[in-house]
Amino acid sequence: MLSSADKIRLYKQMLLIRRLEERVAESYGEQEIGGFTHLYIGQEAVAVGAISALNNDDYVISTYRDHGHYLARGGDPKKFMAELFGRETGICRGKGGSMHLADVENHFFGGTGIVGGSLPIAVGMGLACSYRDDDRVVMCLFGDGATNQGVFHESLNFAKLWNLPVVFVCENNFYGIGTDVRIASALTEVHKKASAYGLPGYRVNGMDVLEVRKLCDDVVGLVRGGAGPALIEARCYRYQGHSMTDPGRYRARAEEELWRKRDPIPRLAASLLSAGLLSEERIAELEREVDDVCEEAVAFASDSPRPALSSLYEDVYNETYPSDPHA
Amino acid sequence: MREIRYYEALNEALAEEMRRDENVFVMGEDVGLFGGTFRVTEGLMAEFGARRVRDTPIAEAGIVGLAIGAAFAGTRPVPELMTMNFAIVAMDQIINHASKMRYMFGGQIDIPLTIRAAGGGGTQKGAQHSHSIESWFVNAPGIRVVIPSTPADAKGLLKTSIRSNDPVLFIEHEMLYSVRGPVPEDGEDLIPFGVADVKRSGSDLTIVAWSKMMHEALRAAEALDAEGISAEVIDPRTLDPFDWDAVLGSVSRTRRCVVAEEGWRTVGVGAEIASRVTEALFYELEAPVQRVGAVDVPLPYAKNLEAAALPNAQDIVRAALKITT
Ligand SMILES: Cc1ncc(C[n+]2csc(CCOP(=O)(O)OP(=O)(O)O)c2C)c(N)n1
Ligand SMILES: [Mg+2]
Repeated sequence: MLSSADKIRLYKQMLLIRRLEERVAESYGEQEIGGFTHLYIGQEAVAVGAISALNNDDYVISTYRDHGHYLARGGDPKKFMAELFGRETGICRGKGGSMHLADVENHFFGGTGIVGGSLPIAVGMGLACSYRDDDRVVMCLFGDGATNQGVFHESLNFAKLWNLPVVFVCENNFYGIGTDVRIASALTEVHKKASAYGLPGYRVNGMDVLEVRKLCDDVVGLVRGGAGPALIEARCYRYQGHSMTDPGRYRARAEEELWRKRDPIPRLAASLLSAGLLSEERIAELEREVDDVCEEAVAFASDSPRPALSSLYEDVYNETYPSDPHA
Repeated sequence: MREIRYYEALNEALAEEMRRDENVFVMGEDVGLFGGTFRVTEGLMAEFGARRVRDTPIAEAGIVGLAIGAAFAGTRPVPELMTMNFAIVAMDQIINHASKMRYMFGGQIDIPLTIRAAGGGGTQKGAQHSHSIESWFVNAPGIRVVIPSTPADAKGLLKTSIRSNDPVLFIEHEMLYSVRGPVPEDGEDLIPFGVADVKRSGSDLTIVAWSKMMHEALRAAEALDAEGISAEVIDPRTLDPFDWDAVLGSVSRTRRCVVAEEGWRTVGVGAEIASRVTEALFYELEAPVQRVGAVDVPLPYAKNLEAAALPNAQDIVRAALKITT
């Protein structure tokens, strides 16, 4: 059972992701941020509910839509914003940007821009856990679109075959860029794809952080206990376009409005208010706290220096040789 | 002549070839309802319907493999891979299958297949979305590599690619889609493979460059002109087949050569060109052939680092000055 402090923590995390993402959109508009930038707005309940069910030393791996995952894993908002600004103080020294956030100290193995690319890697981390016989689990978050890549199927098979501690979390937001899941997937109920490989498949309302958390507590417990891998389908919705350059015209207004009514943040606020766990004043206070964090993050990013040109040549290898390119 | 954009020229080529040949069809991620990530397939769904403009799952190995099979069986598929980096996901189908099967089967089959993909950096898309990896495919026999720099070349070469009976990798550049230029309206104005185009004539130095680097080369030639150096810019337009006669002919007149590509310099296409030029013209060259290319690191995200990693007109000028002054 979650304590009221736990629930308030989940609320604050979702709010932080939402507000920081709004800052990201602003800074993108001001051309401080470039490249492909995929916002997580609307899907906060999935990252926060799922990742909070893990232990600190469990492994998490993500996609290019990785902002929410990074932050839910406890990533520093300042280093996050600085990375997006392409600054030296960024979590990846400005080398990765929005799509490639990694925070290895927090066991967050980052974003990949290749749809499906992280799935076998997650299974490989699960293999190492099983190999060492440690107590960790791996959580792999990915989109509905990834479930049609060959590696999705290879990964589920491997994970089950070798009984590896991997929790596959599919964020089904019903679209891969402009393509409706019904156009791309023969089986649109993603959780049922698990059965082909003998994994349990669960479906959860990804707009309700408490439901996500509850299911993940149970599933992570089972997987940690040696029950083998599992697939969770969290149904959710991204409120913005696919990336900052996508106006998202392919979605029906009515559909968007329906999902906006299911916004996970006001939903949790309402339930905490009615249970008397939060007051309007406390909510306003939390919002101020979050806004301060966002403010600081943006200020930190814009005050940070751009990476030194010599860093261009660093980080390619651990061991370098004279024939490697250098400054 | 009327001027249109590079993406519009490609769109015209697709539409014309689809009208001309019922066997030509398009498939790929977001090519239909969405209209194409870079608008190249815009309007095709409305004209040709979902049978001939097929939205696919995100499954590049599958997309290319299906296209090979469909080509075996008598159609002319034109699959789109959203970007060149995703061609890496389909590498086995492209190299192990598309490029080798005709040969392995003793010439019994044709694979009329045109794989379109956008490459190139310059918009901070980072290490997994920006690389120019044409050299990987030029290295492999059995697949043609077409890489146009202008709207007219884009249209004429895409039409030739679609009509070709061999597999073609048709590489576009993200930064060129909005470039405008004159494009013939005549639907039979095709550009043959293996014919380079002199984009600017000159007498002191030959710059060989393609795709976006061709435009950098023209900028460099302007700058060199101001220094009293007359540079010829040759765009091979297709890297396989390659118009060696044009390049060797030009260099034997100018006696100096710079090759400029956006891909990594090491084992790039430029290395092959430099070596062939040297083999053929060693005693006529006034100076060693110079190669310009990307720094050999995965492309970084930060704007200043990305700019430092990618080659540009200044790099070409620097290389040219090294062998002309
Ligand atoms: C291998 C590969 N193919 C295509 C793309 C281009 N692409 C980027 S995101 C995306 C859609 C992915 O949809 P989904 O997995 O549902 O994730 P979502 O964006 O909805 O979070 C596509 C096609 C890519 N990045 N990688
Ligand atoms: Mg999706």
